[in-house]
Amino acid sequence: MIDQITSVVGKSIILALGGYFEFFTTHLGELTRLLIEHVRIAVFTLVIAVPLGVVLGTIVSVYERAASPILWAAGIMQTIPSIAFFGLLIPVFGIGTPSVVIALVLYSQLPIVRNTYIGLTQVNQAAVEAGRGLGMSRFERLRRVQLPMALPVIMAGVRNAVVLVIGIAAIGAFIGAGGLGDYLFQGIRERNVDMIVVTTIVLSALALAFDYGLGISARLLRARNGEDVRTTRVTRLLQQVIA
Amino acid sequence: MTTNTIEFDDVTKVYGDDMVAIEDVTYGVEKGTTTVLVGPSGCGKTTTMELVNRLEDPTEGTVYYEGTDIQELDRIQLRREIGYVIQEIGLFDHMTVGENVATVPELKGWDRDRINDRIDELLDLMDLPPTEYRDQYPRSLSGGQRQRVGIARALAGDPDVLLMDEPFGALDPITRETLQNEFLEIQEKINTTILFVTHSIDEALKMGDKIAIYDVGEVVQYGTPQEILESPANNFVEDFVGADRGLKRLQVTQVKELLAAPVKEAESGGRGVAVATDGNGSHELSPTDSAQVALSRMIQYDVETLPVTDDGRVVGEIEKSDIHQIARTEG
Repeated sequence: MIDQITSVVGKSIILALGGYFEFFTTHLGELTRLLIEHVRIAVFTLVIAVPLGVVLGTIVSVYERAASPILWAAGIMQTIPSIAFFGLLIPVFGIGTPSVVIALVLYSQLPIVRNTYIGLTQVNQAAVEAGRGLGMSRFERLRRVQLPMALPVIMAGVRNAVVLVIGIAAIGAFIGAGGLGDYLFQGIRERNVDMIVVTTIVLSALALAFDYGLGISARLLRARNGEDVRTTRVTRLLQQVIA
Repeated sequence: MTTNTIEFDDVTKVYGDDMVAIEDVTYGVEKGTTTVLVGPSGCGKTTTMELVNRLEDPTEGTVYYEGTDIQELDRIQLRREIGYVIQEIGLFDHMTVGENVATVPELKGWDRDRINDRIDELLDLMDLPPTEYRDQYPRSLSGGQRQRVGIARALAGDPDVLLMDEPFGALDPITRETLQNEFLEIQEKINTTILFVTHSIDEALKMGDKIAIYDVGEVVQYGTPQEILESPANNFVEDFVGADRGLKRLQVTQVKELLAAPVKEAESGGRGVAVATDGNGSHELSPTDSAQVALSRMIQYDVETLPVTDDGRVVGEIEKSDIHQIARTEG
């Protein structure tokens, strides 16, 4: 009996895996195209979101009074369901990539602004005070002391934002932005489980790859800041390449 | 007034509405000397210092820098002319030792070669060999080494004035004493006007040419270490200096001050007499040793007199009774 069950389960697993693999190989070209589209949306978003978030976070760290309203607004953004957000933006920016990118930029502000603010305000105060006493203007202190010291914390915020953006970008397919979301929605419509599972795996792999890459760059930044970082083989390799 | 690099003229600083930090402070800091501001915590010594590089501005009165009211000077420019060392050191941990030292020269826009030469020169001066330390990060240094870098950074822009706020306060006693002694030597080489804040009277007596003793916002006595030990202005100073001021006077008196004419005589006498050592080697005194060292050696070797030598030549002799004399003369 038990043998029967295991053999049935085993067979169906093999069958399913075979199906996923077959789907993957036969749709490789289309999957690659959607993946590139997806990455493009994410990169567009980050090119706008990272500078915006860092600037906002910096302003907030200098003008403390702006801190709670801006962080509050960024927090509110995240509570709006993405579909509703896209719907609100369509009348203004139309169907397609622009609306999705704008929504994603707004979503990603909370982690970036918050981490920039925390990073800048938690920099060793003695170093900031020494910079003041040595004749650095406020801008010079920011550029030479606070921002470089806060960079690893800011990077952690960017990492959060990237994973968030890649996930939500999939829903952007609903309003015609393309990307891997196209296959997800198609798979749901056609009840094509192979399609859904394979696309999900690709999507997760993409998020993990971005996260891993940024994790390594964060570690490189810490090492450059003179911190004792436990280096993995990849980090050491990159360090050698950079050096 | 003209020889003073810094002049406090009737300066009062009030924080908020009624927190008086210092009141009617008036004294001058002579060019090329070290003035120590000493007193219990909260007495206004740090505030006085912060008025000099305009981290704070006076509520009343005027601070003069080289004869100019500092309110008329640009505060950023002023701070680049004034070195600044704080107890917390405040090194930039994301920069190497060399980059830390280069801070003010870079702000002043020196060219790269000059900056590099200056870094090496200062690291050498601070006993941190550039080849070894220049590219290290501050995190890998000991407390004493970090403060050496802090001092090198403060001196890098070739400042006319150096402000030091409890620079050795956070160090262990042994490191502190080493750094004090090293800094006394450096002080002779750099000829910078120094304002030094401490809460330790021993450190003040050791480091200062002049000492300003603070008691809750007021300067109660301003004078040389000898003057303060000989004639404390009031009970507060007497208590602050401590009951052992006879012994403290031995600390601030150098052996050469006890030698009268013989120094000249020996010098004119050419090579002088070679010193016979008994194998311990440290029997004789150097002219810069303190009277305290002289006395402790006399007790250690159980002798009444010790020779004083300079560069291997005997320049005089010192007797135990000379030393007793200093400790005894009470003001």
